Amino acid sequence: MPDTEAARPNLDCRAVTMALLARAECEELSRPLEVFWPDLAFTMVRAPETGLVMLRGRMGGDGAPFNLGEATVTRAVVELQTGERGYAQRLGRDISGVKKAAIIEALAQRDADRPLVERNVLVPIRQRLAEEASRKRAETAATRVDFFTLVRAEG
Amino acid sequence: MYVAVKGGERAIANAHRLLEHERRGDRSVPEIGTAQIEQQLSLAVDRVMSEGSLYDRALAALAIKQARGDLIEAIFLIRAYRTTLPRFGFSVPLDTAAMAIRRRISSTYKDLPGGQVLGPTFDYTHRLLDFALAAEGEPEAPATAPVDTELRFPRVTDLIAEDDLIERNPPADPAGPVGDLTREPLAFPAERDLRLQNLARGDEGFLLALGYSTQRGYGRNHPFVGEIRMGEVEVEFEIPELGITVSLGAVTLTECQMVNQFKGSLTEPAKFTRGYGLSFGHCERRAMSMSLVDRALRADELGEERTSPAQDEEFVLSHSDNIQATGFVEHLKLPHYVDFQAELALLRQMRREHEARQNTYPEAAE
Amino acid sequence: MSLAGLQNPVLDQQATFRAVMQALAEPGHAVPAGAVAGEASPLGPVARAIALSLLDFEVQFHLSPSLASAEGDLTFHTGSRRAARPDEAEFAFLDLRHDALDLASFAQGTPEYPDRSTTLVLRVESFAEGNPLTLAGPGIPGSRKCRIAGLPVDFAAQWGANAARSPLGVDLIFTTSEAVLGLPRSTRIIEEAR
Repeated sequence: MPDTEAARPNLDCRAVTMALLARAECEELSRPLEVFWPDLAFTMVRAPETGLVMLRGRMGGDGAPFNLGEATVTRAVVELQTGERGYAQRLGRDISGVKKAAIIEALAQRDADRPLVERNVLVPIRQRLAEEASRKRAETAATRVDFFTLVRAEG
Repeated sequence: MYVAVKGGERAIANAHRLLEHERRGDRSVPEIGTAQIEQQLSLAVDRVMSEGSLYDRALAALAIKQARGDLIEAIFLIRAYRTTLPRFGFSVPLDTAAMAIRRRISSTYKDLPGGQVLGPTFDYTHRLLDFALAAEGEPEAPATAPVDTELRFPRVTDLIAEDDLIERNPPADPAGPVGDLTREPLAFPAERDLRLQNLARGDEGFLLALGYSTQRGYGRNHPFVGEIRMGEVEVEFEIPELGITVSLGAVTLTECQMVNQFKGSLTEPAKFTRGYGLSFGHCERRAMSMSLVDRALRADELGEERTSPAQDEEFVLSHSDNIQATGFVEHLKLPHYVDFQAELALLRQMRREHEARQNTYPEAAE
Repeated sequence: MSLAGLQNPVLDQQATFRAVMQALAEPGHAVPAGAVAGEASPLGPVARAIALSLLDFEVQFHLSPSLASAEGDLTFHTGSRRAARPDEAEFAFLDLRHDALDLASFAQGTPEYPDRSTTLVLRVESFAEGNPLTLAGPGIPGSRKCRIAGLPVDFAAQWGANAARSPLGVDLIFTTSEAVLGLPRSTRIIEEAR
């Protein structure tokens, strides 16, 4: 990621960070926090809370919306002592994961910490997701049907 | 009529304890873990999520364990749990066109862009019991093939729409609210948004039977599977304070686009119509049944005569929910002692009167 | 905008709900608040704890002019939105030390759903001053006296009109900085000493 972008994360950039953190596994958040920011001071602005988001579908895939059913979602907002406010929200009920993700999202807004977050948190998550996706795609591709026309054998 | 009856607390407590014991089964057999259910009974998990109307694999697995594999009981547990959680809001409508495809088939076009991708399907299995599974042993790793990263999977219905041979989907009305039967009681006639929500959480067996009935002539609508696709779709949700929309992760969905015949009317030429099915997880039978019933329930809108159960929205929507159904059927187990005593007394009196009549007018009985 | 939420969301919400329920069950009786949150909020710590406990994404709130600055705080913590009009709000927050009160301007419920009326959360100075009111109705054995500081002069008349709309009408929850006092629509003011 270019330095200028790393230095000034805008909202779109934050949305990308949050989306990656929402897919992080427990270790991918807790390890870097322990190693790089062991005694970080922060306050819980909105304590982690689990609730429901109604998932909407569309009639025929692209028509008017309808309510398909709900999903569990957990979210939290933290504030670092330096004033950055970190948001996290993800599917499921992982209270501690969401808290850690919010802290990291706040850290990613600090110029000094942004590159550390990028290198030690986001890059590993991105790599794992890419590997998983490409493995799934390769497994799926093996089940693609290749039609061919039968030719009567000579005989 | 119900009358409070006290007593039985100890029997109830002991019955629950016995139930727990039976749930555990033979204690010399290792206990099943919820992670095992989530991973190895994943289609049961999908069904519980769909009909429980709550996407959370771990919760569904827990419910299945607690319910001893009784899926309707597990769905009941999930429905009860979801009422304890606050609602944060609504997702951005899921974009199934952007699905990370794991299965995609069409029965209308052999050679469609993106191709036919079978994915993990029972379809071509021989339905022969595999006794090897009774022993331990790992299955083979899945085969892989090179991936064409340029490959796209356009909706089959969009291909038909290019020739204007199929109806268009109803456009979104930005001002109109989206009906939600978990907040407002269902009233009839119900709009299609409410019908789809109802069907999406409806009992699979009920939907299957109704869908089947349309094929057998009870509301026939000549369906073709335009497309079935299964895979992962991103869930996007707004953070209002920041004014941005953020992905919360992905959910697995199955979508069925049914293409149905429509003979046209005085004002409209003949064209194809649509039935739509969408479901949590990998639930193909459910998505297909849903799309058949969705199409059948559009009878009024398409000017078709309502002749069959699948076309009767009050019948379908009022009986599709297996938690409502099981509640009303199973409530018959509750004490009806007073009711029954009243019936008994009435019956005895009628018998007495009948006998008295026979004694008075013996010839009438002959 | 940077006020913290409830200290222990689950326990504080439960305690707040319990106090409000108690106050509405025993109208006119001042009940110690279940929890407080945010001394700095214009709502006051008790009314804010009530807001953080009872509001969610699915309801809308109304704020009186003197409390307007609390909008961002409530939206942030509860997901609730400010209603376009007072009679579209499920909950309304007013500070009777500064704001006028017009009970008829809020949602009164419908004959099918009388519960769909606005619940008013009203901040007052104390429950030790003000004209003594004698109350009667459900939850009150015989009658009960109470004081609410700073009620508008026409309050008894407004409350009588509210009772006349029965079973429709609004319910009131008064708050000080440490207690709550309920006045549900079923409570009558049988005497107001002046």
